Amino acid sequence: MAYLGPYRRTAIGAFFSLVVVSLASLASPRLLQWGIDDGIQAADARIVVYSALALVGLAAGRGIFAFLQGYWSEVASQGVAFDLRNAIYGKLQRLSFSYHDQAQTGKLMTRVTSDVEQVRTFVGIGVLQLASALTLLLGSAAVLLYMNWQLALGALSVIPAIFAVLALFIVRIRPRFKVIQQRLGTLNTVLQENLAGVRVVRAFATEPAESARYRAANQALLVEWLAQIKVFATSFPLIFFFANLGTLVVFWYGGNKVIAGELSVGALVAFNLYLALLLMPIFILGGLAANLSRAGASAERLFEIIDADIEVRDRADAQPLGQIEGRVSFDAVHFRYVGAEKEVLSGVSFVVEPGETVAILGLTGSGKSTVINLIPRFYDVTGGAVRIDGRDIRDVTLDSLRTQIGIVHQDPILFSGSIRDNIAFGRPDAPDAEVESAARAAQAHDFIAALPEGYATPVGERGVGLSGGQRQRIAIARAILVDPRILIFDDSTSAVDTETESRIQAALDQLLAGRTAFVIAQRLSTVIGADRILVLEDGRVAANGSHDQLLAESALYCDIVASQLMEDLPTQASLLEPAALPPHGEG
Amino acid sequence: MHGGLERIAELADRAPAKDRAGTLRRLAGYLKPHAPALAVAMVFVLMGTSSQAIGPAIIKRAVDGYLAPGADPAGLRGTMQLLLGAYVVGVIGFMMQVWLIGVVGQRVLAELRVDIFDQVQRLPMRYLDGHDAGDLMSRLVNDTEIIGNFLTQGAMQSVGALLGLTVIVGMMIYTSPPLAAATLIVIPLMLWLTRFFARLSRERYRTAREAIGEVSSNLQEDISGIREAQAFARTDRNIERFSRSNAANRDANVSAVAVTSAFTPAAELLSAVATAIVIGYGGWLVVARGAAPGTVVAFVIWVGNFFRPIQQLSAIWTQAQAALAGAERVFDLLDEPIALADRPDAPALPAIQGRVAFENVTFGYEPGRPVIRDVNLVIEPGQTVALVGPTGAGKTTLGNLLLRHYGVQAGRITVDGHDIREVTARSLRRQLGVVPQEPFLFSGSVADNIRYGRPEASDAELEAAVNAVGAQDFIASLPEGYATPLGERGSGLSSGQRQLIALARAALVDPRILLLDEATANIDTRTERLIQAGLDRLLSGRTSLVIAHRLSTVRGADLVLVIDEGRIVERGSHAELLAADGVYADLYRRQLGTVAEPA
Repeated sequence: MAYLGPYRRTAIGAFFSLVVVSLASLASPRLLQWGIDDGIQAADARIVVYSALALVGLAAGRGIFAFLQGYWSEVASQGVAFDLRNAIYGKLQRLSFSYHDQAQTGKLMTRVTSDVEQVRTFVGIGVLQLASALTLLLGSAAVLLYMNWQLALGALSVIPAIFAVLALFIVRIRPRFKVIQQRLGTLNTVLQENLAGVRVVRAFATEPAESARYRAANQALLVEWLAQIKVFATSFPLIFFFANLGTLVVFWYGGNKVIAGELSVGALVAFNLYLALLLMPIFILGGLAANLSRAGASAERLFEIIDADIEVRDRADAQPLGQIEGRVSFDAVHFRYVGAEKEVLSGVSFVVEPGETVAILGLTGSGKSTVINLIPRFYDVTGGAVRIDGRDIRDVTLDSLRTQIGIVHQDPILFSGSIRDNIAFGRPDAPDAEVESAARAAQAHDFIAALPEGYATPVGERGVGLSGGQRQRIAIARAILVDPRILIFDDSTSAVDTETESRIQAALDQLLAGRTAFVIAQRLSTVIGADRILVLEDGRVAANGSHDQLLAESALYCDIVASQLMEDLPTQASLLEPAALPPHGEG
Repeated sequence: MHGGLERIAELADRAPAKDRAGTLRRLAGYLKPHAPALAVAMVFVLMGTSSQAIGPAIIKRAVDGYLAPGADPAGLRGTMQLLLGAYVVGVIGFMMQVWLIGVVGQRVLAELRVDIFDQVQRLPMRYLDGHDAGDLMSRLVNDTEIIGNFLTQGAMQSVGALLGLTVIVGMMIYTSPPLAAATLIVIPLMLWLTRFFARLSRERYRTAREAIGEVSSNLQEDISGIREAQAFARTDRNIERFSRSNAANRDANVSAVAVTSAFTPAAELLSAVATAIVIGYGGWLVVARGAAPGTVVAFVIWVGNFFRPIQQLSAIWTQAQAALAGAERVFDLLDEPIALADRPDAPALPAIQGRVAFENVTFGYEPGRPVIRDVNLVIEPGQTVALVGPTGAGKTTLGNLLLRHYGVQAGRITVDGHDIREVTARSLRRQLGVVPQEPFLFSGSVADNIRYGRPEASDAELEAAVNAVGAQDFIASLPEGYATPLGERGSGLSSGQRQLIALARAALVDPRILLLDEATANIDTRTERLIQAGLDRLLSGRTSLVIAHRLSTVRGADLVLVIDEGRIVERGSHAELLAADGVYADLYRRQLGTVAEPA
């Protein structure tokens, strides 16, 4: 555990305190014995008082060290947890898209929170408890043997029985515990689905079936609980019984020794207390065994992340990109996702001149999203090269590349914070005036101004709910504000109603002037307005040209257009009767 | 004890129950059917605790009577046999008590859970709208868990601890009143100490909880927003921010643990003080007053035994408070009025033709803010009606009213002339089919999901429904076909594929009336054509109310209603509306405006 390194001193301090505490625990029964034998039995009032005072003094001293032990071990373990979390978080921030494609947010969350906590508790409490338990166990066993080895052996004979019950308990309870967790999970899934899908439930009037499903899951859980209770009921009482038997042995067998004059009453009492001291660590060890395996598994999962490969990273000799013009070229690009057998892109080549707007078209799975994800280098190509202004993007630093590219994702994430914070996500120091003008350009200003707190309105998880269209417009403003040379839109106006879209479109037309833009659009209007249309099919460029060119040249393009226009355009044509024409109509 | 104090601090931070007595009575109502089992359990509790407390008294007898050099070993044997007997009685009592109380607790909990679930099935949509599903969920799970913990562990421990304490204190007073009085002084001190530390740590643990909450919400957000962070080159700033909240969490925890680390030693010091009193004062009693030395020995054991129950009790006290508050929230939910309950004498809706009429219907989710204003509408059997209009115009609400998810505030809705309030909701909904915009899929197989509305449907019927909507090829292409398991929210399927399953689900029910909310986008053209074909087949011959996003649907509809601000502002066929050159024509032009230019 190299992570403990920086906290070596506090850890050693905690360990030292622990040794003192254990020694003090071992000393107190002897003090008691002294008080009983030499004080009470011998009728020596002085020793009675001394031993009483010594007991209090010992407890006070022990208390100070117990405090130090608790405090220092927390300082050390929290420090380790702090470093671990930072390490994992930092790693997660840098890990490439290919990693995050496969990872689930929930699972990553668990690692950073509960896995770290597992390791921390083990480092902080577990290791110390282990040490303390072992010290007490061996210490009290040694003292017992030293005081009277025959009696000690007699009393210790209950220990194997306790171990056996405890071990049996752990063996029996562990699988049950897992089953309970699973059944509880099933039960809660039924409830959760029922709540989330309540409209479906009501619409299909399946409440009775749902209730039956829940009852079945509930019953299964109950049965398992009852079985677990049985395990508990037959384990712990038995353990206490054996512990009590130890006391019985001490007083019975030891009592006979007292009668024979071989042992004092005080020694008997002390003996009994040592036996109790000895039993405690056994319980602790039992609990630790379970913890240890869990902490081990947690640590393993943590290092899996910490040691994961960052696939996309700056080369050692990477140069900053410098101000770009915006020419993007794909040079026989091949790409395959990690673990996939099939290539998503197989030899894609095209050149986009600065200032051009490119619409990317194709069926689901044809590689549209992959193309746009390769431009900011979210993934590295598996063959060929992506160049910007003629430079291979793998030769430049990631930051200098990405700050010149603005992206609007299909389902944009808003972070908790104000709307302003979200628009200024890529440029947190942007002046308010610029934030506002970016919002205006994205047609977001009006609805933002109408919110109760305007730009200061909190959004994200704990903030106000925004519609999909509003979120998209904020994401567009966010991309606009960084004033990138290259803009990428991934179907970013799909959730906006037609009217708003046409307004955004108008604003975008101005904005796009002079910038290179890539658009994956579902709407035909967007496609037709583009300078260049790139049609992808099965990971290849099937057609590349303007709308008119492609209509003339590409059968696939005609097919795609037709599937939308087949229904729309004919009527459009029939619409072109003078009466139906808008005043600003088509020429 | 660390954990204990932290748990106390956390539970104490919850809002207390407003009506403790009432809640307790109701909770007791759940226990009532188990009264015999509980009474038997009580006997075993008594057996267990008293034998545990009697042990030291027996040992005292041995010490005083037989533990001296040269005493009679037979006497010792007698007392030791007595002790063994006490331990055996104890273990039996202890076992039975754990078993009986645990069983009752779990049974009560299971009953409570079922009551809650059934109530959720009856709650009005209005209630569910106002409560986030995830939130409601975690509250229910959390509250029942707290109640369960209290019923199983807390109640048992508190009974045991209380009885044990009483017996121990009783034995102490019986054995030596003056020594008992001197020793028991420590009890109030102990109680005060626990409360003092709990109060002291409460604030700090609250800070610590908030700090870890901050860490995980940062984390959750940054992991799901990782693409944005990398795209906008924000990673360094994020790392720095995370490190700050992470450090705040570390400091808050260390500060909270500083308090709890002091608590355990302080409690142990008190316990040592009590032992010292026993030795000092008890010793003096023996030496100066001729008391029996066995008294001191017994007291030493008792003192060791009675601090744990005291600490347990104060922990349980807080736990009980939290359980009561949780129970109150659960009972509040159970008492929620079921707004749209069927009339007691409501008949089932007979098999319908599918004529739907809205007569002067007005409705608002909040009083005074109508979403639907005075809507009149007749749909003849077999007609397809397309609803068009901006977001928030009230299109979805019309469907919800027809399903009787909400009750109209004025006017009435009839199906084949039956006012839908006069018939049972179940019989109404069974004849309606619904395809929502984002179909919800349950965990289970593809077949389970399609059978959702008719679990008893045969395989042949299932396939017929699937063929009817043209989903057979896509389902056949899935790794396990109909048996393919669908995960959480149908993950693994595209939204187009989910839509197809929802269509098949509706088709299997074979409803006379169909409510359909078209998907907006994100379905590629070929899947869309597939869906369109399936839809056409599904709609034919049925009365359909379609919230339309596609012109093709609108054009195929018998009637187009343009809804704005809760009113029908235009109605007619597609061609009629275009000719009228109103809102609809404007909308239509805007959507296709640019298309026409190069064409």
